[in-house]
Amino acid sequence: MSDATFEKFKKCAVDVLQVPEDRIVPEASFADDLNADSLDLVEFVMALEEAFAITVDETELDGIDTVGQAYELVVSKL
Amino acid sequence: MDRGRRHRVVVTGLGVIASCGIGKDAFFAGLSGPAAEGPQRVDEFDPSVWFDAKEARQTDRFAQLSVAAAQLALDDAGELLADPTRCGVIFGTGTGGLATIQEQIILLIAKGPQRVSPRLVPMMMGNAGAAAISIRFGWRGPCETVVTACASATHAISNAFRLVGDGRCDAVITGGAEAAITASGGLDAIGLAAFANMTALSTSGHSRPFDRRRDGFVIAEGSGALVLEELGQARSRNAHIYAEILGAASTADAYHITAPAPGGQGAVACMELALEDAGISPSEVACINGHGTSTPLNDLAEAEAISKVFGRPGPPVTSIKGVTGHSLGAAGALEAVASILSIEHGLIPPTAGLEEEDPEIHLDIVTGAARPFTPGPVLSNSFGFGGHNGCLVFGPPSP
Repeated sequence: MSDATFEKFKKCAVDVLQVPEDRIVPEASFADDLNADSLDLVEFVMALEEAFAITVDETELDGIDTVGQAYELVVSKL
Repeated sequence: MDRGRRHRVVVTGLGVIASCGIGKDAFFAGLSGPAAEGPQRVDEFDPSVWFDAKEARQTDRFAQLSVAAAQLALDDAGELLADPTRCGVIFGTGTGGLATIQEQIILLIAKGPQRVSPRLVPMMMGNAGAAAISIRFGWRGPCETVVTACASATHAISNAFRLVGDGRCDAVITGGAEAAITASGGLDAIGLAAFANMTALSTSGHSRPFDRRRDGFVIAEGSGALVLEELGQARSRNAHIYAEILGAASTADAYHITAPAPGGQGAVACMELALEDAGISPSEVACINGHGTSTPLNDLAEAEAISKVFGRPGPPVTSIKGVTGHSLGAAGALEAVASILSIEHGLIPPTAGLEEEDPEIHLDIVTGAARPFTPGPVLSNSFGFGGHNGCLVFGPPSP
């Protein structure tokens, strides 16, 4: 896990979800810990696509519930 | 008193956010201030007072203004002790989330459809303000939005009045909000460009209702909210009762999408119906809070209509738009608050900006300083693009 990559990921999460940086940890659940609804997640994915110049298909989001899972998905596309 | 209504309806809470003041006291004092020059933003409005960072980001400014005014009105009303399923929200807006639409269209052009926000629809829709109010306060009765351009808030209050009068609701938050100024120039000035190009905006930048030199309205943002309650409930909880709503009416010109009908025929019909609904004669009206936008056509048509209904010169008339500018879908709410506070204080605020009365207008217009009056029924007029006319009649509370 590169620090710079995670920092960039974290910035997207902070901007969209408006939560303190220290809550963006791998085990954090988007719904339960970060108060994110489905529209927040769509916005978050858009921010990631923009920041990392990647494309994430909607079907790839099935089963993604935590920060760690989302981060792995991003890393797998770099 | 029986006009088909089962209950008498009173106003027990007022909230207002305007460039001349936030909160009812600052607002009413501000109405005796200088005339508006140029777009009237409410720079003092700080969304972070009312919303956390995420809510603020996901709520268009017009809906932020809606919630903030509603909160002020509810705080003012005190504890309502009402069943939330019998509490309603009827709120108006003219253009809804115009800034959000503009921002997202710019994004669409720059970055393509993949980057359009999933929040665009829930932020721009006209009912976002009413929805945000009901969500914030947990009010689960009727929650609806009225969109009739510059008459929106007046019609919202009128519909809310029926809901309480008919017995469907024990309390309703009503009013309107508008944030159509968007930004100041360049690609992000869709609101200003649109109103300017329809030649509705003042080219001189001065709000001068009923003045011979008037050349259009000065655009404003803002919001106003009223808490309406059934009289018995308000009395039983010892609420402060500002005023009673005596009557309301709504008519259409059926004439032109922006110009008023010649001689203000639609306005005449609306004022007459409102007085009939209130069960009073024209001579009993103590003051008229006019629509008075400062556009050449509106002010003349409204003046002709008032003269037809009330004779010359008729009761004292004021237009607070001299100070506030024209807040479009919020205007009727600002003016309802002003009308009610006129009753509360026994003072009619002056029409700022009026220096040389149009010789074709034959009204007793309050100018210069606020004019003391013996509180009596106050008629508040609103007329919207589309030919929508709305009138409300407020009266002093019964002893």
